Amino acid sequence: MNRVQTEDFDINDEIAALTEGRSDIGAVVSFTGLVRDVTLTLEHYAGMTERELSKLEADANARWQLQGVTIIHRIGTLHPADNIVLVVTASKHRKDAFEAAEFLMDYLKTRAPFWKREGDEWVEAKDSDDTAAERWK
Amino acid sequence: MKLLYFASLRQKIGLPEEDVDVPAYVRNVADLIDWLMTRGPGYEAAFENRKLIRAAIDQEHAKLDALLGSPKEVAFFPPVTGG
Repeated sequence: MNRVQTEDFDINDEIAALTEGRSDIGAVVSFTGLVRDVTLTLEHYAGMTERELSKLEADANARWQLQGVTIIHRIGTLHPADNIVLVVTASKHRKDAFEAAEFLMDYLKTRAPFWKREGDEWVEAKDSDDTAAERWK
Repeated sequence: MKLLYFASLRQKIGLPEEDVDVPAYVRNVADLIDWLMTRGPGYEAAFENRKLIRAAIDQEHAKLDALLGSPKEVAFFPPVTGG
């Protein structure tokens, strides 16, 4: 499941939604990205973003044995300490959930069409993000 | 052809999107960029550094040598910075 939204998300609610009524999940890993220090405005390419996030989800499901995936990314104006992004993975055993969560974040940062602006300045992409994504090839 | 521009490219070009009739010689993404750069200083500034241009054909990432075909939309944007 993936969503792009302006409003905040609640990690506990999202984990509960993924695990409720199931007895086949032995591990849940969550990653939350927060805004550091500055006020950011995020824009995205509506339509392509959802396609890319769905593809990432399908890729992760093909590579690891997962019982569930949730990706939520916020857009609009965000302030220091606000949530930006959430990835939750659920699996039978911890290794799949840990690795899939890291893979999803690395790929999201290099493929999902979001752009951050700080005041009038667009944030520049980092080479280290490309390097992080490369290792999953 | 519908063109979409995002982030710094949109600002430099001054438009979020436009419909254009492209000349017949424009076959791939790089050709389209070459042609767009003849359309004014905003386009020139936007496409000046090709290393920092990313493109998508019908919402799929596309390399500069990707053939355009008959797309519904082509988008141009800088490297993504989400997450």
